[in-house]
Amino acid sequence: MHHVLMDQWSQGSSPLHVRDPRSKILALLAFLIVLATTAPDAFLTLAIDAAVLVAGILIAGLPPGSLLLRAMTVLPFSLTFGLISWLAGDRLRAVGLLEKSYVSTVAVLLVVGTTPLPLLLSGLEALGVPRLLVLVAQFLYRYLFVVSEQAQHLRLAAACRRGTERRRRLGFRAAAGALAVLFARSYYRAEGIHRAMMARAFSGKFVLLRRLQFGVADGLFTLTIAAFLILVRIQ
Amino acid sequence: MHIPDNFLSTPVWATLDAVSIPAVGLMVRRAGRELEDTSIPLLGVMGAFVFAAQMINFPVGIGTSGHLVGGALLAFTLGAAPATIVMTAIIAIQAFVFQDGGVLALGANVFNMAVAGVLAGYLPFWIWGARRRRSAIFLGAFLSVMVSGSLALGELLISGVAMPRPLILLSMALFSMSALIESAITISVVQAIEKLNPRLVQKPEASNWRALSVLSGVALALGLVGFVWASSAPDGIQRLGIQLGLAARTGFHAPFADYTAGHFDSAWLRRATAGLTGLLVVYAACVTFAKMIGRRRSA
Amino acid sequence: MTPLIEIRDLCFQYEDGTKALDGVNFTLHAGETVAVFGANGSGKTTFVLHLNGILRGTGSVAVCGMEVNKDTLARIRSKVGVVFQDSDEQLFMPTVLEDVAFGPLNQGLPPERAIETAKTALEQAGMEHALAKAPYHLSAGEKRRVALAGVLAMQPEILVLDEPTTFLDPPAQANLLHLLAGLPQAKLIVTHHTRFAAELSTRAVFFEKGKLVADGPVQEIVQRFDWIYPALDAADLRYSAQRRF
Repeated sequence: MHHVLMDQWSQGSSPLHVRDPRSKILALLAFLIVLATTAPDAFLTLAIDAAVLVAGILIAGLPPGSLLLRAMTVLPFSLTFGLISWLAGDRLRAVGLLEKSYVSTVAVLLVVGTTPLPLLLSGLEALGVPRLLVLVAQFLYRYLFVVSEQAQHLRLAAACRRGTERRRRLGFRAAAGALAVLFARSYYRAEGIHRAMMARAFSGKFVLLRRLQFGVADGLFTLTIAAFLILVRIQ
Repeated sequence: MHIPDNFLSTPVWATLDAVSIPAVGLMVRRAGRELEDTSIPLLGVMGAFVFAAQMINFPVGIGTSGHLVGGALLAFTLGAAPATIVMTAIIAIQAFVFQDGGVLALGANVFNMAVAGVLAGYLPFWIWGARRRRSAIFLGAFLSVMVSGSLALGELLISGVAMPRPLILLSMALFSMSALIESAITISVVQAIEKLNPRLVQKPEASNWRALSVLSGVALALGLVGFVWASSAPDGIQRLGIQLGLAARTGFHAPFADYTAGHFDSAWLRRATAGLTGLLVVYAACVTFAKMIGRRRSA
Repeated sequence: MTPLIEIRDLCFQYEDGTKALDGVNFTLHAGETVAVFGANGSGKTTFVLHLNGILRGTGSVAVCGMEVNKDTLARIRSKVGVVFQDSDEQLFMPTVLEDVAFGPLNQGLPPERAIETAKTALEQAGMEHALAKAPYHLSAGEKRRVALAGVLAMQPEILVLDEPTTFLDPPAQANLLHLLAGLPQAKLIVTHHTRFAAELSTRAVFFEKGKLVADGPVQEIVQRFDWIYPALDAADLRYSAQRRF
């Protein structure tokens, strides 16, 4: 399963894994901005950018084949628009769309594959994202797979009850009912979490444990990457 | 509807990023006033619910099926500001963990779905929810998808993404269908939730619905006119984008250096202001509306 | 010696008027392990939720000599550690370490101390290897132990476990049993699993429709209320088969 893989990948201890999440986020932003402002036909620049990512993948010890394959999820979308642009005569944009969207997806995967999501969220908070938003995302991620599994079970149960119907899909009313049950269960689950929080003397404010330490290595990392990319871009 | 990176031109995604930040910040402050940390797990779990709900397919007609987007449903059960927070969290997780939607394009996606979509979804409920509840919910869900979809399409077009007219019209038709599916799903789920536990759905107070009805009627009419005009001449938006310098010019052999160098040109800055103004108008409308909700609730 | 828990005439009604608890009297002394039996809906969980002030009824609830009220809640919740039935609801933080440290942090410990306390508690529960893991990736038994660690980290005097063997396979149950047997705290174990309860406790109470109707040695209560699977014999099987079909 996707998330299991990502969780596994992000548990490593390569030089990339141990970087402060802020340095990785900033490097990612620099990469994406440079990529976005690169002309679609600056193939050398694009090749160098891609090479930087591949180097990153290897240093991080992530499985290159698996990662590059996973990045292909963006292709259907970009292929569609690329085809439309190509047929409309805008061939350059078509090529640009394809190559750039794929490379940006690999870049995001590299960062997320070397940073456990709760840590990434901490990094975002340290960079100024509101605490409320970060905490909501944290809880969302925690229960995402629990609730998704519940949804699958509900679907399966309802589909089983369809009996002799060939189609495995639910009728409209059944699906709406399943959603309502899922909603109610999620709501009651939230109440249960609330009780558990109270039971452990919740003081009213979440105290975040993760203390990020931005070190010299992290600063060097971000600056080197950004400088290199910008230099390549300007040439 | 999740726009990936490198589809929007730089001024468009940059502006939307710049616009979303204060918009979400405002919603966070509003939600922070209404909620305490104890409500955070509820918001998170509801976000997980919407995620999971998006995986359940609803059959609509022959061979097609749709799924819930969820902005309106969240607004009707949690309130508008919390709904924006949850949708923003969903969009961010979709972008980072599932690579569904871009990172630089986060501003655009958040603006379309979490800000404009949620507010457009809540508006009918706020105005008519006390008196004509079912229609308000139906209309709200419809609007939330239509608004987010149309904004996304507009942003793509103004960035210069080539789309022949029939395709644009087809997209609008598809959005309308998705919007109808959203309405149908949302109203049936809300009714089912109410049967389980009426507490779980928001109760809009009786607002000054007559005046607001007239106002929104006018706004809707205007919007409809704009929509009809746009769909009859959709390439007009593209031409507008090119004229304003917002579109990334790639297929055109311009005498000057390609677009990305013009990025630093002051002429671009001047022209981009026009596009920025349009977005700011939409943004200001959202902010004003959000403030109005706040005043009503505390009244 | 002051009892750790002293409850007098506890009554609690839900919003719709149903009497969940009706005049419950109960005492728990240090070192005791008490099993709490009763049919589903008899008030066992409602009773448990009164011990740490999550629910408030009429009557008197005193924990370690303190009456449960607004001012004493924080202290009482440090004294009474509840392990809930649904571990997914209890482990709500992104990693095991953060979750177990949640309690100590709420108690006011600085982050470094909280982490240390959490690690010690995890060692006690045999889960120190799972520090950085996400709760989603743990088995039911492991989640239960982490939840217990989260409670132990607050150094309570009383442990309350609500249906602790739910979702646990026999090896995990044995594991939990072993763990609990080694803990010095007074314990209340709400369970249907009579054998599990009998291994750990000498005393049991029985709830029936919101009333605490019996309080005595475990085996006596079990026999009195027939709180165990009856042995099946051939005659029984034929009879029940006829009844069903």
